[in-house]
Amino acid sequence: MRWLLAVILLIPGLAVAEEAKPLADNPVAEARLKALAVELRCLVCQNQTLADSNAPLAEDLRREVREMIAKDMSDQEIIDFLVERYGDFVLYRPRWKVSTTLLWLGPFLLLIAGATALVLALRRRQKKLVDVALSEEERTRVAQLLSEGANRL
Amino acid sequence: MNRFLIPFGVFVVVVGFLAVGLTLNPRELPSPLVGRPAPDFSLPQLHDQGKVLSSNDLKGKVWLLNFWASWCGGCKEEHPVLIHLAQSGEVPIYGMDYKDTREEALTWLRQWGNPYLVVAVDALGRVGINYGVYGVPETYVIDKAGVIRYKQIGPLREDILQEKILPLVRELQNQ
Repeated sequence: MRWLLAVILLIPGLAVAEEAKPLADNPVAEARLKALAVELRCLVCQNQTLADSNAPLAEDLRREVREMIAKDMSDQEIIDFLVERYGDFVLYRPRWKVSTTLLWLGPFLLLIAGATALVLALRRRQKKLVDVALSEEERTRVAQLLSEGANRL
Repeated sequence: MNRFLIPFGVFVVVVGFLAVGLTLNPRELPSPLVGRPAPDFSLPQLHDQGKVLSSNDLKGKVWLLNFWASWCGGCKEEHPVLIHLAQSGEVPIYGMDYKDTREEALTWLRQWGNPYLVVAVDALGRVGINYGVYGVPETYVIDKAGVIRYKQIGPLREDILQEKILPLVRELQNQ
């Protein structure tokens, strides 16, 4: 019985371990693909990047980008290739154009509008506060209350 | 009164934008290829693998290019519309069998009918990428000069055919 156990325990030793293979033949190209793929949108599952998506189209597009990298095309050329076919929507960082001006400037405009409104509201409130003069009677009452407080300490 | 009118006005405007946004289909992306020359392709035919379908052979006539696949549900949905259009003989329909297996594609056509004049095989989806396809079915109207004039994303419907595609095709054919 004991020898059987020993034999069983030895079985894993038969699996000859190999060194982990790199994920791609060319790590530099793969790094470029990764950097590009997070900037590009998968058109099937629209809120995922090309890097995240498992959709068949995303796989195809990654293959296409990989081939373009192998052909030594620049990042800009690769992005242009995709924009030509799929439009600006493929970019996660929209381009600066007339039609995207509001998109880029909108948040800042909102911030300025909000800040202006806040300043105006605060100023208006300031004006509403009128200095009130205390009467003689009130002054004595204040003095009395303060001294009472001091005595209590 | 005024202090309520301004927020209310803002509210109405925001609701207006959101209401319009709800009626838009985020899947329908405007194609940058409309108005541009259709990408060239030269691919083996589905039925006769020895023969090639080339976009150059189609210059001089108005034609439809329909990307489809046997695995695609929307293609089944639009299929009767295509069959109907093919029977009318108004415009030739060329099929692009997108990322499919030959056997399944042939079975599909045998089972449901074949509206296509010729079917080309885009096994790797490369021609699809050149045409900016991101989901089948997609249909392109291509004019005599080989320029894409219209792109239908998703299944064709009889009303789209009657209201958009056929009037456009007739106009292009008369040019």
